[in-house]
Amino acid sequence: MEQLVTNQVAEQKRPLSEDLKKPLPKILQAERRGRVLTYVSSWVLLLILFSLLIFITSKGAAPFISGEVSFAEFFSTKWNPGENSYGALSFILGSLIVSVCAAIVSAPLGIGAAIFMTEIAPKWGRKILQPATEILVGIPSVVYGFVGLTVVVPFIREQFGGLGFGLLAGVIVLSIMILPTIVSISVDTLQSIPRHLREGSYALGATRWQTISRLLLRTSLPGLMTGVVLGMARAFGEALAVQMVIGNSPNLPFNLLTPISTLTSIITLNMGNTVQGSTYNSILWSMALILLLMTLLFVVLIRWITKRREQS
Amino acid sequence: MNAKIKDRIATGMFYLITFLILGILIGLIGFILYRGIKVIDWEFLTEAPGSLLTGGGGVGPQLFNSFYLLILTMLITIPLGLGGGIYMAEYAKPGRLTKMLRVSIEVLSSLPSIVVGLFGLLIFVQYTGWGFSLLAGALTLTVFNLPLMVRVVEQALTAVPREQKEASLALGITHWQTILRVLLPAALPGIVTGTILAAGRVFGEAAALMFTAGMTSPMLDFTDWDPSSPTSPLNPFRPASTLAVHIWKVNAESIVADAKEVASGASALLVIAVLIFNLFARWLGHFIHARLTSGSKS
Repeated sequence: MEQLVTNQVAEQKRPLSEDLKKPLPKILQAERRGRVLTYVSSWVLLLILFSLLIFITSKGAAPFISGEVSFAEFFSTKWNPGENSYGALSFILGSLIVSVCAAIVSAPLGIGAAIFMTEIAPKWGRKILQPATEILVGIPSVVYGFVGLTVVVPFIREQFGGLGFGLLAGVIVLSIMILPTIVSISVDTLQSIPRHLREGSYALGATRWQTISRLLLRTSLPGLMTGVVLGMARAFGEALAVQMVIGNSPNLPFNLLTPISTLTSIITLNMGNTVQGSTYNSILWSMALILLLMTLLFVVLIRWITKRREQS
Repeated sequence: MNAKIKDRIATGMFYLITFLILGILIGLIGFILYRGIKVIDWEFLTEAPGSLLTGGGGVGPQLFNSFYLLILTMLITIPLGLGGGIYMAEYAKPGRLTKMLRVSIEVLSSLPSIVVGLFGLLIFVQYTGWGFSLLAGALTLTVFNLPLMVRVVEQALTAVPREQKEASLALGITHWQTILRVLLPAALPGIVTGTILAAGRVFGEAAALMFTAGMTSPMLDFTDWDPSSPTSPLNPFRPASTLAVHIWKVNAESIVADAKEVASGASALLVIAVLIFNLFARWLGHFIHARLTSGSKS
């Protein structure tokens, strides 16, 4: 009798309907904790990016602010750290030319392979080329550099004379490295073209090549450009593979066979050997800043292309 | 007729391009494996590099360092990547902050690895005072890998059918519990595959590590497993060159007597590791998928 009464009292205190209106505090707590955890980890991303931008910018701008090196001197071609001349123009040009050339070589191959995979032999072409590009992506860049050093460089030396190291070797190695980027983005773009466009073209009696050249390539141009620009960005930032085959001499990059330098190769080689705080060392950080700014430029460029595609 | 002939020529050209790419790939892999297999034996896998002049020895410590660094990196990256990915897929509301997050993921993932390495040198090596160390290397690789992980997790979560989430919420289960008990298990195959592929990328990375984990490896005593001892392989504050860095180093220092052999062997090891990562990622993804869905036999 007594027990029954206390039970009733307990039930009156917390009726079931009240319980169901609100989840248990424990569950609510877990909910809040989960939200905070995920929130914090996404803030880590922002924190990393902003500290990276701030630190590299302040390090890279330091030699100009302190007046050790003037802008005009930095953007000249006179590089001789022994005599205090730090002109980085030939390295900037070297990086630009080697990546643009690699993209020019790689674009037709990559887009061609993508067309083969989507239009010509969708079944077996895809089955073979898809894993092939995935393996190419996975090969580490030092391995590309090593193969370039042991195969491409001696080959150029025997065929064309000279040292073998230089712009041409860099372009060959880089164009293979960026191929998978161009292929995979081109495939995505070509696949997103609606089927009825192709069928319309074939129904009008167009051949496959006419459909590809007049319809598919034009419709997908912004997407294909995105792939090429991404490939170029990758080539621009690639360090070790390029450093191993480019020759590392401060020459202007206007001859395919002379050894040159790029921003990444000069940083890779000298960051470890120069004294912290010396002008030579600071100027390397300025070159890293140029690399960072170019990356931002590539990102903006890609966003601009995609935006135009969405509008059209 | 003209159009038809052009069509044939074009088709031929596309075949040519495809075979060219396949030829390059087969030539590349074949060359690396052919040159490398000759060098790889038990001694090469386990022993430390010999002295500069005589050459000889192997890449034992480098091989260990590569795996240890990979594990350290993944220990940091996976929780953060899961958190970030869940936030982006489930909690992020359309707005300025989310847009900023997306842009920063894009920028971070397109940064050249040498720039990430220099950032690591500045923050984790110099400002923390750790010097060249495994921990600095692992944190730098996290910077490099985190955006990729966040993308992998986000894509895997958004690929889960909407109905599953709605059914769970309709049963009165809270959002966080739905994420943990319904969405994550369903997204697991995609997350696992993506994570292993990302791990493969970390395994072969060198430019970000040269100035953070360093290019040398101290004498290691493989019987000493106390992480605080300076010769212990587990000590996270010791410098450590990985396989990829070692390849670069022996080629850059032209004085190493057997640079070509060491680099060939190490390249072959790296390529074999990457191939295994690739196959394993796919297999594990399928396996988990089969276990979680009607494919299981129990």
